[in-house]
Order: sequence, then C-alpha cells, then structure tokens
Amino acid sequence: MLTGLAAAFFYLFALIAVASAVMVIAARNPVHSVLFLILTFFNAAALFLLTGAEFLAMILLVVYVGAVAVLFLFVVMMLDVDFAELKAGALQYAPIGALVGIILVAELAVVLGGYALSPNVAASVAEPMRDLAERHNTAQLGDILYTDYVYAFQIAGLVLLVAMIGAIVLTLRHKEGVKRQVIADQVARDHRTAIEVRKVESGKGI
Amino acid sequence: MMTADLATSLSLAAPELIVAVGAIVLLMLGVFSGPKASSTITGLAVAILIGALAWMVFFVDDGKAFNGAFTSDPFARLMKLLALIGSVVTLVMSVGFAKAEKFDKFEFPVLVMLSTLGMMLMISADDTLSLYLGLELQSLALYVVAAFNRDSVRSTEAGLKYFVLGALSSGMLLYGISLVYGFTGHTGFVAIADTIANGDRNLGLIFGLVFILAGLAFKISAVPFHMWTPDVYEGAPTPVTAFFAAAPKMAAMALVVRVVSEAFAPMHSDWQQVIVFISIASMVLGAFGAIGQRNIKRLMAYSSIGHMGYALVGLAAGTLAGVQGVVIYMIIYLAMTLGTFAFILAMRRKEGNVEQIDDLAGLSSTNPVMATILTILMFSLAGIPPLAGFWAKWSVFLAAMEANLFALAVIGVLASVVGAYYYLRIIKIMWFDEPAGGLQPVAGELGLVLGLSGLFTLLYIVVAGPIGAVAQTAARTFF
Repeated sequence: MLTGLAAAFFYLFALIAVASAVMVIAARNPVHSVLFLILTFFNAAALFLLTGAEFLAMILLVVYVGAVAVLFLFVVMMLDVDFAELKAGALQYAPIGALVGIILVAELAVVLGGYALSPNVAASVAEPMRDLAERHNTAQLGDILYTDYVYAFQIAGLVLLVAMIGAIVLTLRHKEGVKRQVIADQVARDHRTAIEVRKVESGKGI
Repeated sequence: MMTADLATSLSLAAPELIVAVGAIVLLMLGVFSGPKASSTITGLAVAILIGALAWMVFFVDDGKAFNGAFTSDPFARLMKLLALIGSVVTLVMSVGFAKAEKFDKFEFPVLVMLSTLGMMLMISADDTLSLYLGLELQSLALYVVAAFNRDSVRSTEAGLKYFVLGALSSGMLLYGISLVYGFTGHTGFVAIADTIANGDRNLGLIFGLVFILAGLAFKISAVPFHMWTPDVYEGAPTPVTAFFAAAPKMAAMALVVRVVSEAFAPMHSDWQQVIVFISIASMVLGAFGAIGQRNIKRLMAYSSIGHMGYALVGLAAGTLAGVQGVVIYMIIYLAMTLGTFAFILAMRRKEGNVEQIDDLAGLSSTNPVMATILTILMFSLAGIPPLAGFWAKWSVFLAAMEANLFALAVIGVLASVVGAYYYLRIIKIMWFDEPAGGLQPVAGELGLVLGLSGLFTLLYIVVAGPIGAVAQTAARTFF
C-alpha cells in the first residue's frame, strides 16, 4: 500500500489523469482534446514511475506523446473534419457502446476473480527479475534484450528497415523541374559572377 | 564465456551476415549513386548472394547458435542453397525485363536480398520467435515487390491483396504460437517436442498446431489458403512472379517440414490428418482450377498450388523416405519453375511482353528451339516419364504407399492425370495451331536459364543418384 507522500502523489496524478481523460471526450475543440490526451499520457507515465516501472514510463512518453499524439495533432490540423457533425449521431451508438463496456467489465471481473479463486496465480506471475534496488528495470531489460535475444532484436531491426524501404519505394515520386538549392554553387559565387554591370541607354530597357 | 558463444554463433550464421550486410551496403550504394546504377547493383547483389552460397557450402558446420534460436544442419543448408539459387536466378532473369519495362530501380535487388535473408532465417529457425521474425522479414519484402510497379492497377492490387491476406495469416500463426507457448511453456522447437512427449497432448495444443499450420499453409499457397495466389501471380511484374514461385516456396516448405517433424514430432497422428487434407485439396484444386485459364501466369499459379500439394504427400508419410521425397520434389520443382518463368519472360513481341497462352500458337514453326524446351518442361510438370517431374512424383507417392496412405497416393495420381490436360494443351497449341506471329529472339541470360533447366529436366535420371543421396542426408536431420 502507498502511504504518505507517495499516496498523495498517486491521488494527485490519478485525479488529473481521470479528469483530463474526461476532458478528451468532452472538449468541443479537437485540438484541445489531443492536448488533454497528452496530459493524460503524462499522468499515466507518472503513475508508472510511482510503481517503479520507469522503462514503461519513458516508452509511454517517447512513443505516445512523442509520436502518436503528434500524429493526431497533424491529422486534426491538416484534415478539415467537422467534429460537431461527427458527434451529432453519436448518441445512437450508445447501446452498442454500453454493451462493449459491459463485456469489458465482465472480462476484468473474470481476470481479477482469478486471483481470488486460484491460489497459484500469485506464484505463477511472480516477477522473473532481480530486485529493483539491485538493478533497475531498464538495465535489466537491456541485459536480456542485448544478450539472450540479440538475434531477435537485430532481425526486428531489419524488418523495420524493410518497412522503411517499402514505404519510400511505393510512395516517393521525384517531381520533374523542381529547383533545388545547391549550397556549394551559392557559396562559390563571388561579385564577378553575381553582379553584371551593363550600360543602359536612356529611354530603353534591358 | 559469452564471447566464445557469440563467436561460434556468428560463424554459423556467417552466410546470413554476408547477405544482411551486403544488402545494407548496396542500399547505401544505390542511394548515393542515383537511379542509373540499378543494373550494377543487381550484378553486385548476385555476386553477394553467390558469395554467401559458396561460404555456406564450404565453411559452415552443424550446430546451434544464439541460444538455440538458429540452427545449421544438412537440411537447413540444402534448403538455403535452393532458396539462394532461386533468388540468384530471378535476379539474373530480371535484368532484361528491367530495361524493357522501366522496372530498373535499385531497390528491387536490395528487397530481393532482404527477402532472401528472411528465407534463410526461416529455414534455420529453431524457435518460434525466430520463425516468426524470419517469416515477417521475408513476407514484408515480398509485399513490397508485388506492388513494385506502382503505376499499374493490377500490380498495386496484387500487393495490397497479398499484404492484407498475409497479415491475416501472420495473425493466425501468432495465435497458434501463443497457444503452443501457453500449453508447453517453451518457444524452442526441441523443448516443445520434449514437453509434448513427456506430457499428454491436450486440446489447446492441437488448436495451436492447427493455427500454426494454417499460417504456414498460406505461405506455401496450399488450399484452402490459396486464394491470393492466382491474382498475385497475374498482377505482379513477371520477374517478381518468378521469384514468388521459386524461392519463398522453398523456405516455407522447409519451415513446414521442420515444424511438424521437429517441434510436433510426438503429435504425428494429429498433424498427419491436417497435411493429408491440405495435400489432397491442393492437388485437386490445382488440377481443376488451371483448366479454364488463358493467362500463362495464372496457369502457373494453379500449377504451383498443385505441386505444393504433391510435395506435401511426402510430408504426410512422416517418414525418412517421405521427407527425402519432399526435398527431391522441391529441387525438381525449382528447376522446372525457373525454366518455365525464363520462358514466360522471353515471351516478347515488339509491342512488349505477352502473357496469353494463345500467343504461343504455332511457336514450333517460328521458334522451334524454344518450343522444344517448353515442351520438355511441360511434359515434366505433367509428370511424364522419364523426365524429372515424373521422378519427383514417384519419390513422394512411393513414400506415401510405404506409409500405408494408399488413398492419398491414388488421389494424387488421379489429380496428376487431370493436371496433364492443361500442360498438354499448351503443347498442342504450340505444335498444332496456326502461327500467331513469332516472338522476339531470346535474350542471352534467359536462354541460359531455359537451356540449363531443360537439360536438368531431360537428363535428371543421370544425376538422380547423387541428388537422392543429398536429399537423404538432409532428411536424416529429423530421423
């Protein structure tokens, strides 16, 4: 159980996380929604930190705030989506939403019920990790990832490389006639090539 | 301790390292040297793949690497040899097409290399984790090359269709793997087999096995997971189709063989039912589906579905002779397929490549050499003795008979009789129909592949002994 300062911070972060999550769906302006989503992510990351899972906290910030939320912002700002219109018919989906919610709650109950019903659960989910005080979990993950699973880790890297090559091959188009900036040429110019002095007769243009 | 382990691991995986580093270097070279260097890069890619092949044949020993994720044994090396030959020949054959059809992008050889790397990792996978990663590396590169001709609607459709169905099959495979992991507690093939042998087989494991086989059957385009094959074969650019028909089939078949005869060896009776079913379904659908086809690439798609069915007959037997039969079948299938696709790539008129079977009408009078070689290949694909295709079918059917799978062997023979119809129809069109305008002369590299393939098919009986011995050494890995 959390006590003292840790408990105070837990309630602070949890309250802000829940409140900002509510604001994500309540805000009228979609840009505000995304910003509240980012606030939710930050508070969730802080909650992870409180439980000692600093690797998850970092990943949450790097991946979700750094990449996903920024992507959302791009989409919201670049696409002219009329959210008021989208939300207009939302109420008619409420029964389906409620059904999905009930199913999720039931599943949660089954999972959490497992702890109470089966005495072995605690033993079988015991963490196969060293004590956190001895070596923190980012280092422990790195120990395994770069030794036992270095093979899988490297292949995963190659898979991502193929994904990158594929995306470029299939979508990049070189436009004809685009003028590109050639810095070397610009720097190599001096006053003799840059300026041309001409004699202009009066009453005539060049 | 760790460094010694790593040194052994790296020496066992040296061919893979050569291909991986080579692909990355060629990628850099292509990026910095611009679009004109594509044929140079194709040449370098061929050189690197042949280098990896030679290194593998001469310097790699048996052993396990990377904590059992990777294995090198005679079976793996032989199948990798076949996959590498498939890739090299495809790259060689693509050069002429690339120039003629504006296909000359340096990314093509790079993606083919990375896909080949994925195949080598699949063949050597001894762990469900490395199995999945190798499979994805191979498939992802294949999705991209299927859609490589991005301005063609058919090519993009082929890529998209292959991608969506491939993602679905990966999902099934992963679900199966997670079930097997859940019920055995292991990801390594050997550990899975030990756990199954010591415990009792249960429903969850059978579910896992079936899902894994479904995911892998998609990759060898066995019925009922074959739906993508005709459309992708037809839509993809022809060198890509040749690649699809040759190298990935070797890797996926090797993976099926390894999974069932290593990880699930104690559950022989369970997987045998599945293999028998998909084998019969593939043979029958391959035979009947091809009858109505007018496009030769679509015809080859149905032909490959059928041939995968025949190869699985050997696996269904589950014996040493059966696996040996599968290996022999894949060797002969590779030779016949590469030859046939060299021919399809050589089907050029002034206005461009042609793909309809009717375009071959009267080829015997306009180009008798080509017509003769294709006739040999078609007779061989149909399984007429004494050509190679007959001995391939002979070896798998004999293994099935020895394992008392008489019904399977009889259905296989009947399906190959039906299948002979459409191969013979091509021969009839070439020799007995009115000429429909000749084809352009064959390019040198295509002629070479065509000639070698025709020679191998015709004179297989001479090399049958050594190939049978090599295949038996490979099959002994599992028995």
